[in-house]
Amino acid sequence: MMAGQAVPETIEHTEILEAEDRPWVTVVWDDPVNLMHYVTYIFQKLFGYSKGKATELMLQVHNEGKAVVSSGARDKMEQDVQRLHAAGLWATMQRDE
Amino acid sequence: MRKWSRKNSLSGLKLRSEMDAREVEVLRSLVGAVTGLLTDRADSAPQDDLAALTGLRTGNAEPPEDPRLARLLPDFHRPEPGSPDADRADLNSALRSLHEPDIIENKVAAGSVLLETLPAQGGKFAITPEQADAWLAALNDVRLAVGTAIGIDADTPDQLQPDDPRIPHLDVYHWLTWMQDSLLQALAP
Repeated sequence: MMAGQAVPETIEHTEILEAEDRPWVTVVWDDPVNLMHYVTYIFQKLFGYSKGKATELMLQVHNEGKAVVSSGARDKMEQDVQRLHAAGLWATMQRDE
Repeated sequence: MRKWSRKNSLSGLKLRSEMDAREVEVLRSLVGAVTGLLTDRADSAPQDDLAALTGLRTGNAEPPEDPRLARLLPDFHRPEPGSPDADRADLNSALRSLHEPDIIENKVAAGSVLLETLPAQGGKFAITPEQADAWLAALNDVRLAVGTAIGIDADTPDQLQPDDPRIPHLDVYHWLTWMQDSLLQALAP
């Protein structure tokens, strides 16, 4: 009697790309002290945005309470948040939704 | 104080203004106070042996209790309820201890530039665009500190009731706001 032959199975390992691979974003929050002109100027200075784009982001912060100002790898967002804090803006980082 | 103006000189663009001796004294005192707050905070950071060995500076891991410092040195992460990051309280501690020393250093440096470029006894003076960037950051920090101390929010009226003890502070705040705005108009019209 032959025992059942074991068939080599190709086991596919599906790598579940965890939340670890989602990009990060930097968010700037509205606050009552910072001047609109200052916020716009900082966005231009720190990110190289055009005056138009910087103004658009500033208005989003002002009208909606917050805006995503940059996105990318986690350590880049840390640098962005640090520079924004040094300039006095209220910024945080989080995973992209 | 005169409003800021642009002047093209042989050595490049300058931003010019004029301040009297009393104004210089007030501004010097305000910037000095914020610098003091920040350096005390930096000095209060716990020293650990690993940092001493590696030379890698670490700072406080917990947010400051002083509300002015808390606004000058906010959290890096604001967890949204229900998000996968909501439990990452450790994220704030790690990011704060890693980055706070550099942020404090930057703010104190900006304050130093402002103090060094003030006309000692008052009078006319000029600064470079680079120095103007430092002025903007330093003025902003003083406004954040004063604004937080007097509870400025979206509903704060421009003028308070006559017996409100915050009036002299609000006057200073408005003066600094005008100064920062005027410098922005001149630097980045």
